[in-house]
Amino acid sequence: MKIKTRDELIAKQKEYAASLNSQRKQILICAGTGCVAGGSLKIYDRMKEIIEQKGLRCALVLEKEPHDESIGLKKSGCHGFCEMGPLLRIEPMGWLYLKVKLEDCEEIIEKSIIHDEVVDRLVYQDESLKSYVRQEDIPFYKKQTRIALEYCGRINAESIAEYIALGGYSAVAKALFDMSSQEIVDEITKSCLRGRGGGGFPAGRKWQQVLNQKEDEKYIVCNGDEGDPGAFMDRSMMEGEPHRVIEGMLIAAIATRAHHGYIYVRAEYPLAVERLQTAIDKAKDKGLLGKDILGSGFDFDLHISQGAGAFVCGEGSALTTSIEGNRGMPRVKPPRTVEHGLFNKPTVLNNVETFCNVPPIILNGAEWYQGFGPANNHGTKAFALTGNVKNTGLIEVPMGTTLREVIFDIGGGVKGGNFKAVQIGGPSGGCLCISATEDHLDMKLDFDSLKKVGAMIGSGGLVVMNDKSCMVEVARFFMNFTQNESCGKCVPCREGTKRMLELLTDITEGRGTMEHIDLLEKLADTISATALCGLGKTAASPVVSTLKYFRDEYIAHVVDKKCPAGQCKALMTYRIDPELCRGCTKCARMCPVGAISGTVKEPHSIDSTKCIKCGACLEGCHFHAVKEV
Amino acid sequence: MNNQEIAKLDDILQKHDYNSTLLIAIMQDIQKVYHYLPEEALCYIARKLKISEAKIYGVATFYENFSLEPKGKFVIKICDGTACHVRKSVPILEEFRNTLGLSKEKTTTDDMLFTVETVSCLGACGLAPVCTVNDHVHPAMTPDKAKALIEELKEEAANED
Repeated sequence: MKIKTRDELIAKQKEYAASLNSQRKQILICAGTGCVAGGSLKIYDRMKEIIEQKGLRCALVLEKEPHDESIGLKKSGCHGFCEMGPLLRIEPMGWLYLKVKLEDCEEIIEKSIIHDEVVDRLVYQDESLKSYVRQEDIPFYKKQTRIALEYCGRINAESIAEYIALGGYSAVAKALFDMSSQEIVDEITKSCLRGRGGGGFPAGRKWQQVLNQKEDEKYIVCNGDEGDPGAFMDRSMMEGEPHRVIEGMLIAAIATRAHHGYIYVRAEYPLAVERLQTAIDKAKDKGLLGKDILGSGFDFDLHISQGAGAFVCGEGSALTTSIEGNRGMPRVKPPRTVEHGLFNKPTVLNNVETFCNVPPIILNGAEWYQGFGPANNHGTKAFALTGNVKNTGLIEVPMGTTLREVIFDIGGGVKGGNFKAVQIGGPSGGCLCISATEDHLDMKLDFDSLKKVGAMIGSGGLVVMNDKSCMVEVARFFMNFTQNESCGKCVPCREGTKRMLELLTDITEGRGTMEHIDLLEKLADTISATALCGLGKTAASPVVSTLKYFRDEYIAHVVDKKCPAGQCKALMTYRIDPELCRGCTKCARMCPVGAISGTVKEPHSIDSTKCIKCGACLEGCHFHAVKEV
Repeated sequence: MNNQEIAKLDDILQKHDYNSTLLIAIMQDIQKVYHYLPEEALCYIARKLKISEAKIYGVATFYENFSLEPKGKFVIKICDGTACHVRKSVPILEEFRNTLGLSKEKTTTDDMLFTVETVSCLGACGLAPVCTVNDHVHPAMTPDKAKALIEELKEEAANED
């Protein structure tokens, strides 16, 4: 059934909201990639079974007639607290249950759904064993502000009716009927919304440039090629609130008078593709995509284009050429995408998160948005908090929140050691750290503050590292990634990253000299200055930034041939602790090169000149007497 | 190729309106059928789409997800994203390779049962380190779990036979 006018949309919203509000209780089961892997879909099925067995009315979709006795059961988007999955939220109380298992389902229904009791053992407890029943009270959530992720985890991710019930698509109606194209662009410009995909380019300026183009054919492209290792914000939005992405793109289309759009999603995100496709089909059904949207005469068609596993396609010109069916290689700019983008036509190319910020700005106005974050960096930013941190997951905080708040208040602190550094912005970014000369913990996380210290927000991956992480190895890891993903079009990136990787490998394997470090710096300079695209230009950033803050660690590797963090295998030596050795002779028998000697029942020893560091003795010793130093 | 296979390819081409800008989507569909891109299939679609074989070869070899070699029944992908890396994904990869006698160069077992490869971040960082078996995610892996997983899959394959 098509919604033909704005009035009909308002009526539908009332109808759906009444139906949603009439549900006596709602069970939201997280169906993001993380919790699905943890078995959340089985929990969904089990819950349905039990609800029906108990003779309750189980509503999997919004019912036409409001019914006070029904229990809403939904697959929601990512709640963010992935470490604690599978997650389950109960409305209207806002309770959050963690690590839910199949065996828990019966008790949850009996206690929390039929009665109003909490299942105590499933709620969050902090280290002092204090319990937090309501999701919003948990320290992980308390400091967060959700704008882009507003509906993620709050609604049935596959239901357009629930999205409309909460006011979805009313921003589109406002843009179509109350605002001119120029007014929409002005509102976005005024809000200071900057691109959330890495560069931080003002979205309003981009839209203005496309609006100014005289061409009739224009495109809106959404960049969902979230290739940065350690980032999954965009995935969660596409999976958890696909209609929000579509609505943001639709508003961009109205603003710039474009009639075709593409969402480019990487192939590693099959669930996101599926949910987006469902959402597009349903929006078409309702007349919110396609011809004559809400009777305004405006047409907009949306397609999904799937990537095929190339990191470089996250770069604008590579992405558009990939949609056209070519090898995804960047081209020389200018001309920019806003002039010659997809199929050589003016194109608005924004990131998923950027589009998700658009509908609330249009609805609430630019001034409301300016209430978040420091000047010129307004709004919030979603981060994927991962690595050696207690609470890994997806978070959204106002711009300008400090690193300390993110890692210690929200993330619950560092796991397995002390805080050493955080890698921000993926392979194009840098690290923030505590070192002899720097302390970045009170650093504000926003575009301008990070730029000052040579890092960038990037797409928003935050990988926390403890003092057992070797920064040279981290730099080598990123260089290995970039080298693998280099498209090969320009020489500086193709050859330069290869040579830098060789130098870094030499250093981690004990063949490094001081000249290696000099050469690394020279190459980094050359690549940044001469590479063709943004990815090449920033390829050396992790090396430059670790060299800046952890130079002593590099020097320890090349001069002392030691890895201070104890991670680089080739720089380790093995020795046997005479206190712990029982003289069982097992290691001597296992050693492939006969480097271990000793008599029975006497402590053994390793001849380091013969040892090949295979680690066989370490794994074999029952008494943990073999140590790596 | 026999008529039946040609019909399969024609279906795929028709679904995409013989539109050569949809080449990547077309090849993805072909790969879904064969689990790799057979040379004959590529030559056939080149003729039908009126583009050169060289262009198709260029696109097929550019993207990581396309394979010109047949793959095993179980494709095991070990995530080597940053989060998995700092939570020790390398020993898991090594365990898979050692147990199955594979390496960086040789990725598929001779019995065509297993293919082991790495994959850039799957975005399941909260569950790191992860691997996938035919796109099914296995969270919080360890070398021991890897060993058990191989046994489980071998058993599954044996039961099917």
